[in-house]
Amino acid sequence: MALDKNGIAQRIAKEVKDGYYVNLGIGIPTLVANFVRDDIQVEFQSENGILGMGPFPFEGEEDADLINAGKQTITALPGASFFDSAMSFGMIRGQHVDLTILGAMEVAENGDIANWKIPGKMVKGMGGAMDLVASAENIIVAMMHTNKAGESKLLKECSLPLTGVGCVTKIVTNLAVIEVTADGFKLLERAPGVSVDEIKNATEGKLIVEGDIPEMKL
Amino acid sequence: MIIKTVDNVQEAVKGVKDGMTFMLGGFGLCGIPENAISELVRLNVKNLTCISNNAGVDDFGLGQLLHKKQIDKMVSSYVGENAIFEKQMLSGELDVELIPQGTLAARCQAAQQGFPAIYTPAGFGTEVAEGKETREFDGKMYVLEKAFKADFAFIKAWKGDKAGNLVFKGTARNFNPVMCGSATITVAEVEELVEPGELDPNHIHIPGILVQRIFQGKDYEKRIEQRTVRQKA
Repeated sequence: MALDKNGIAQRIAKEVKDGYYVNLGIGIPTLVANFVRDDIQVEFQSENGILGMGPFPFEGEEDADLINAGKQTITALPGASFFDSAMSFGMIRGQHVDLTILGAMEVAENGDIANWKIPGKMVKGMGGAMDLVASAENIIVAMMHTNKAGESKLLKECSLPLTGVGCVTKIVTNLAVIEVTADGFKLLERAPGVSVDEIKNATEGKLIVEGDIPEMKL
Repeated sequence: MIIKTVDNVQEAVKGVKDGMTFMLGGFGLCGIPENAISELVRLNVKNLTCISNNAGVDDFGLGQLLHKKQIDKMVSSYVGENAIFEKQMLSGELDVELIPQGTLAARCQAAQQGFPAIYTPAGFGTEVAEGKETREFDGKMYVLEKAFKADFAFIKAWKGDKAGNLVFKGTARNFNPVMCGSATITVAEVEELVEPGELDPNHIHIPGILVQRIFQGKDYEKRIEQRTVRQKA
C-alpha cells in the first residue's frame, strides 16, 4: 500500500543521523521531526532564525516572537539559539547544516528541482528554498509520486521554473525511495505492497532498477 | 554618548516621501515595525518600493499599504500569505522582484557593511540569475547580487537604549539586524526604551552607530499567523 504523508515522514526520519543539524521545509518535511529516534542527538534549524527548535507550545504558552519558517508557533529546546537572517543563511551557505528536507512540485532525473512557481497561476515565492538547494550537499525531497491529476512528478526534465539545478540527492515518495544518480533515478526501496511496475508507471524520468528491490522498513 | 531618541513615530518617519525605497524588518508578521507601518498608512505616501521578506497578510503589516495601493514595487522572497498581493502581482498592477531569502539578507548586509555586491550560489541556473553576472569559483557557479540602496530602514527591536543600541527577542530578530545601517536613515522602534547603561554592552545585538532614530513603540498587536499548539498529556 502506498504511504501517506506520515509514512513518508517516518521513512525519511531514518535518514536523520546522530549529530545532524537538519533543516525541515514546510509540509511533509515538518512531520519528520515527529519520527526521529530520541536516542540520537539532532538539532532542527528553521531558517527564520533558530537552531534547537522544539515542538509546538502548550495551549496558552504561544509566543508571537517564537515561530518557525512556516509561521507556526513553536518552542525552543535547551541549547537552542536565535540569530538573524544573514547568519541563518550563512550557516546554510557555509554547509554547516548536514541535511535539508524539502517538498517539490517536480524533480528531474538529473536532480533539478522545481517548487516555487506555476507561471500565471501561483507565485508564492521561493523563500529560502533556492539558498538551501544551491548550498546543501545532502538534499532529500519529500513528495507524492504523482500530482493531483495523476501525472508523474519525477520527470526527464522539469517543466516548471527551476528552484535549483542538479542538487537533489534522494527522493522519498508515497511509492518509493529513489536515489538521484548521474544515470537517472535509481530505485532503492518500494513502499510496502507496491510493485516495481507501479513505480515504473508513475515515473516519467529514467528509472534504474537493479536486482530485487526491497520493501521499505519503517 | 550620542542620543538617538525621537519623541514619537511622527518624528521618527519625518522625511519620508512618495517614490522612496524602504526596507522593513520582520519575517511573516513576526518582528515587523508595526508603529512605522501604521504611520506610513496614515501619511499615505505612495509609489513606494518596499524591501521586505514577506508582504504581511491582507489586513495587517505591509498588507495595509498594499490595500491602499501605496506600493509600486515589492522585493520579497515569499508572498504566499497575502491574497491582495497575489492578485495585484498577477494582474501586473504591482511590480514584484522575488529573490531568495538568503540573497535578500545578504544584499541588506552588503549595504550595511560596504560591499557593493556579493556572490551567492542561490538561484544559479534559474530565472533569478537571468541577466546577472555569474562566475565560477573552485568548480561551483555563483551569481553576482548587488547591495540594496534604500532611503529608510524601518526595524523593530525588543529593547533599545537612547544611544540606539538594540536587543532582539526570539525569532523576531530575523531581518531586523541586517537592515540596520543598510539605508540612509534607520528608524528603530522598540517595546522597551531604556536609559544608556541599562543594557549590558555584552548583550547588545546591534550597536547604536547603525541607528539614526529610536523611539518607544506602543500598542503592539503582535498578531500570530499560525497558532499551533499541543495538548498537555
